[in-house]
Amino acid sequence: MTTLTPAPPALGWTTHDTTALIGRCIRRSLRQLDTVLMAVMLPVILLLLFVYVFGGAIQTGGDYVNWVVPGIVLLTAGYGSSTTAVDVASDMTGGIIDRFRSLPIRSTGVLTGHVVASMARNAVSTALVIGIAFLIGFDASATAWEWVAAIGLIGLFVLALTWVAVAIGVVASGPEAASGFTFAILFLPYVSSAFVPPESMPSVLEAIATYNPITPITDTLRGLLLGAGAGDSALAAVVWCLGIFVVARLAAAVLFRRGQ
Amino acid sequence: MTAPVVVARGLRKSYGDLTVLDGVDLDVGKGEVLALLGPNGAGKTTTVRILSTLLRPDGGTAHVAGKDVVRQPAEVRAAISLTGQFAAVDDLLTGTENLHLMARLAHLGRAEVRTRSAELLELFDLTDAGKRVVKTYSGGMRRRLDLAVGLLSRPQVVFLDEPTTGLDPRSRNDLWDVIRSVVAEGTTVLLTTQYLEEADQLADRVAVIDHGRVIADGTARELKRAVGSAHVELRRKDGTEERLLTDGSVADVRRILADVERRGIDVEHWEVRSPTLDDVFLTLTGRPAESPVLVASRES
Ligand SMILES: Nc1ncnc2c1ncn2[C@@H]1O[C@H](COP(=O)(O)OP(=O)(O)OP(=O)(O)O)[C@@H](O)[C@H]1O
Ligand SMILES: [Mg+2]
Repeated sequence: MTTLTPAPPALGWTTHDTTALIGRCIRRSLRQLDTVLMAVMLPVILLLLFVYVFGGAIQTGGDYVNWVVPGIVLLTAGYGSSTTAVDVASDMTGGIIDRFRSLPIRSTGVLTGHVVASMARNAVSTALVIGIAFLIGFDASATAWEWVAAIGLIGLFVLALTWVAVAIGVVASGPEAASGFTFAILFLPYVSSAFVPPESMPSVLEAIATYNPITPITDTLRGLLLGAGAGDSALAAVVWCLGIFVVARLAAAVLFRRGQ
Repeated sequence: MTAPVVVARGLRKSYGDLTVLDGVDLDVGKGEVLALLGPNGAGKTTTVRILSTLLRPDGGTAHVAGKDVVRQPAEVRAAISLTGQFAAVDDLLTGTENLHLMARLAHLGRAEVRTRSAELLELFDLTDAGKRVVKTYSGGMRRRLDLAVGLLSRPQVVFLDEPTTGLDPRSRNDLWDVIRSVVAEGTTVLLTTQYLEEADQLADRVAVIDHGRVIADGTARELKRAVGSAHVELRRKDGTEERLLTDGSVADVRRILADVERRGIDVEHWEVRSPTLDDVFLTLTGRPAESPVLVASRES
């Protein structure tokens, strides 16, 4: 029996396959909007807690809401990455990955699908969180260019964290394990400049906070959103994001292949 | 046999100290349906995963559609489809969306994606359920969708790993019908099963696998003949049991029951039982011979 293989589409089969797999993950996201809502709700609760409960006691030399919003935005990405890790892990440990791998496609497209859907979900949840921040008095005085730079940095951070989540999803023994791993990531912002100035911490924690990648990223984002410019942490922030992205992406690819 | 489409020679696979495949040899001819019959842990899934390029063997060679599964995996994948032991469908998509996705990934033409999906939904009696998210499906529906996905691209070779395990007898019969109709189109099929009856219903030839070796290979009829076809099982009122061989025909069963009556046996329960995998194994592995028993060669 001969099978008629149609001529490859203009952009090639890899693009065609990846588009199909992205479509799949976007559909999945639309069917579980509650996970996007969770990724918005938890950081918003934290935002309210920090602003109205703890904020009064924290000295940041200005309105506390303005201090905390950048950290909350990064935390939102953290919660979002949990969904991604769980989704990837359930693909990897269910039967469906065998089916994808037995197809004549480049099977890493499965991961690309999850990454693009994750970026889309994060765009929605980040926009919602920033919107709510405005409602409770967040006073961004960023110029248009600073907004562009801030959005670019958030995007880069989300991309890096998404690949970390994908790598975790690929190695995890199941969805529960994957979600456990990502919750560990969520503790990182607490020992950084996200919620309180590191100078106010005990010296050991202050040292950790200084070298925590979340610190330069938060500081840069804060500078941009408050209209004070990117500041001297900008280079460190971008290098950290790119470094995490490259390492996580390579790790995900290697681990994905090893699973074969 | 016509030129074999699936050829495995001396396949070996171990996990640490555990030898899972200990030299598996298989041939499946073009258009033939081979059932790989074996109990839990025999190595059925491992064999299928190696033949479908998902797993590298530690030793031996395998060719599918003339291509080496280790050196030419892409070519092999273009010629096969795999329906694994556990349902491989996306729970959050509808049945139709699952088929469309997989049809696109199998590189069907735009129009064909739609027509072929609709055709398969119809064939597997899922047309109405096609609009629903798979999460809401019963186990049987999910399995049917899974098999439908496996048949989308009209592959040269179809691998089905335990296609009906976990289904009720009625769904199993329905699925057998569908598989038979697909097979009638001349597709080469390698299926695994734990049920002798399933092998008998679907396969032209049966290979019995145990502890990672093929211990018998022949037609289902040859296998059954070797095992002693059906038997009448009697349970006496005193609890003792007796098994009497029969060819399963009305005349023979009547003769046996008349004989039982004549002997004045106090029967509490009786039934005609077809041989099961257990019977096959009792017969095949109860032999002293270490070498594989070739059912086929006993015929000649
Ligand atoms: N990744 C693995 N690591 C360790 N052992 C494994 C692995 N995969 C399979 N095995 C072992 O290999 C043996 C054969 O497994 P296989 O899945 O091929 O059996 P099977 O015939 O398909 O059984 P079943 O009817 O239960 O599906 C089993 O003992 C199983 O525990
Ligand atoms: Mg199995």
